[in-house]
Amino acid sequence: MVPDFSQDYFALFGLRRAYRIDAAQLDQAYHEMQGKVHPDRHAHLPETERRLSMQWATQVNEAYRTLKKPLLRAHYLLRLAGAETDHESNTAMSPAFLMEQMEWREAVAEARAAGEHHELEKLMQRLEKHGGEIRAEIERDLDAKKDYAAAADAVRRLMFVEKLEHEIQDALEALESQD
Amino acid sequence: MALLQISEPGMSAAPHQHRLAVGIDLGTTNSLVATVRNGIAVVLQDEVGRSLLPSIVRYKADGGVDVGYAAQGTQATDPRNTIVSAKRFMGRGLKDVSHIESMPYDFLDAEGMVRLRTVAGVKSPVETSAEILRVLRERAEASLGGELVGAVITVPAYFDDAQRQATKDAAKLAGLNVLRLLNEPTAAAIAYGLDNASEGVYAVFDLGGGTFDISILKLSRGVFEVLATNGDASLGGDDFDQRVYCWILDDARITFPSIEDTRRLLLKAREAKEMLTSHDEAPIHAELGTGQAVDLTLKIDTFADITRTLISKTLGPTRKALRDAGLTVNDIKGVVMVGGATRMPQVQRAVAEYFKQEPLTNLDPEKVVALGAAMQANVLAGNRAGADDWLLLDVIPLSLGLETMGGLTEKVITRNSTIPIAKAQEFTTFKDGQTAMSFHVVQGERELVSDCRSLAKFELRGIPPMVAGAARIRVTFQVDADGLLAVSAREMTSGVEASITVKPSYGLTDDEIAGMLKESIDHVGDDVQARNLREQQVEAQRLVEAVEAALAADGRLLRVEERADIDEEIAALRKRIAGADHRAIKAGIDSLNAATQDFAARRMDQGIKRALTGQKIVEFKI
Repeated sequence: MVPDFSQDYFALFGLRRAYRIDAAQLDQAYHEMQGKVHPDRHAHLPETERRLSMQWATQVNEAYRTLKKPLLRAHYLLRLAGAETDHESNTAMSPAFLMEQMEWREAVAEARAAGEHHELEKLMQRLEKHGGEIRAEIERDLDAKKDYAAAADAVRRLMFVEKLEHEIQDALEALESQD
Repeated sequence: MALLQISEPGMSAAPHQHRLAVGIDLGTTNSLVATVRNGIAVVLQDEVGRSLLPSIVRYKADGGVDVGYAAQGTQATDPRNTIVSAKRFMGRGLKDVSHIESMPYDFLDAEGMVRLRTVAGVKSPVETSAEILRVLRERAEASLGGELVGAVITVPAYFDDAQRQATKDAAKLAGLNVLRLLNEPTAAAIAYGLDNASEGVYAVFDLGGGTFDISILKLSRGVFEVLATNGDASLGGDDFDQRVYCWILDDARITFPSIEDTRRLLLKAREAKEMLTSHDEAPIHAELGTGQAVDLTLKIDTFADITRTLISKTLGPTRKALRDAGLTVNDIKGVVMVGGATRMPQVQRAVAEYFKQEPLTNLDPEKVVALGAAMQANVLAGNRAGADDWLLLDVIPLSLGLETMGGLTEKVITRNSTIPIAKAQEFTTFKDGQTAMSFHVVQGERELVSDCRSLAKFELRGIPPMVAGAARIRVTFQVDADGLLAVSAREMTSGVEASITVKPSYGLTDDEIAGMLKESIDHVGDDVQARNLREQQVEAQRLVEAVEAALAADGRLLRVEERADIDEEIAALRKRIAGADHRAIKAGIDSLNAATQDFAARRMDQGIKRALTGQKIVEFKI
């Protein structure tokens, strides 16, 4: 069976096109599809078949990753809706949000310099809560209101938040390796 | 070979015909070959019933080669030609090999990979490994009574592209058809998971003779999904031997041992280490070439003291793997122990303490990898039976990227991505009329290219001349199910294409891949500084070149004193580029920009006039 890669990723996995997804259903559909296309299932076949299988499995992995991660999923939905986030060129964010970002950043840098492990973890928890709120906002904007402009704005904010989360993780790891 | 029949995936081409396939654990210290016979995975033994093949190769003056037990005896008498732990040199340059000072070999730092000068000529680690694989292939063919369809060869999960490629090359050299390179902890998970019908999240802690891997896997309904992997490609049982060896030298006051004595004492060190697995002390007796007699007793507490830091080196990667998987120790249902070095009680205690549970040691830690590889080989060869309906989803251990302006790494594929995976990234030209572009492919987590492993360099030529920034060059990375990378580059407007399958180039001086992840964390601050500086340098260089091009084209639009001002600004900025202060460079950029503002406006004006009068517009950019 060759999966139909001309359909969108939601259709590929038999899911409704929406931000809110059933993660277990996605996992199961992904496993079933990889069970058919994965190179391990075609290792005994000639070169051409093996190469095709690698390409299919690559596409299935890409589709899965896109739907699995909330930020990528939101980006993808916006793209399907014809409402790109322009995240490369459009960096106009509200001054209040940018202010808030700078404060977060300073707090992380200070906690890191002072070696305050617990402070970093507290920041991480607050940030995760904040990220959760934005994700809920994205879900409302995309699934209920279909307000793509608002969703695109929320997606851009979530990108900042996730970047900050990575920085806190790096800081935590740096502190741990000093222990 | 006859054309293969194509069948539905999941069905074998000819159910009645069993295709001979094996799994090979090519270890640092010992190697094994296993196969599935009558539905059961078994390790194949040699003619006298031994399962293990010591990973030792002796090159003889007459051109003959001894492998395994036959070579074991000559380690101390002919150390220069008796190669042990060749796996540590696979895909490695001379600078990457640790403890090189106590190794008895005559190293030759050749392009790509270190070589060893032996009595039978110069040998690469790939050739040495191939000797071991050849013996195992012959053992399998004799035992199974036919030619092999193929083999699954295991590699440490933390092996980089160069090391994987070297392993695959060795297998080919040994006349094996490689069905798949399989990560050692993943192979162990198959053997363990299928044996115990396990479900849930498991950690596989694999401390071998020379490498350490930690993999976190989710097992559910026949799917083995690796969530994250980490490790240290130069940490293993050998390092424990090395610590004991140093303790012996110290305690027995031995200075400058001969290479024969070094090898002799390393063997004694290993024996002592193994004895301490079940005893509280180990005697060490040896007579050196100098006539000096060594007579020591190594107590278990002393051993624990001198090896404590080695054990703690396993915990950093373990923490990172858990973090990358988004899990904590409380999520781990069981810890599977793999590798001979996990027999050490100290290692087991440390693992139990970290994971807050006793590790699982019910499978032979030295055989479990080969058994899992055999099960996978059986399936890959097309012998899938109803019960073999499992699926492996593995990941790439280290990020892959490209060098960009200023020696910075642009990550294209991030670590712990599920394979196979492909990613494309677009780049553009830096100068007007640029017709070629060179690419440098690297692997590692650090921001600076010089801190990552260099995998390959290649060029895309024949780009049609365009203004800087107009060409669109798409570079595609494809990692296959063996974890091996292929890179291609294509100019999108003209279709000019260049592609390579990455072969290691080893242009770099980084110490060891093991340290790369750790360092990337330790030096995040330094990286940011260095990155800022390089970015500003690139930006400044770009501006200077643009202004000079504009001056050459339209300098006549300026009065003499205006021209002098701009020249002065350029000279000042050039001086700052050579310095290390990114803020000063930024200030210089701003200053030169300000000084050329009027000039730019005049040029623009002229450009528009030219366009209106039908003249060809000369592209410019300030």
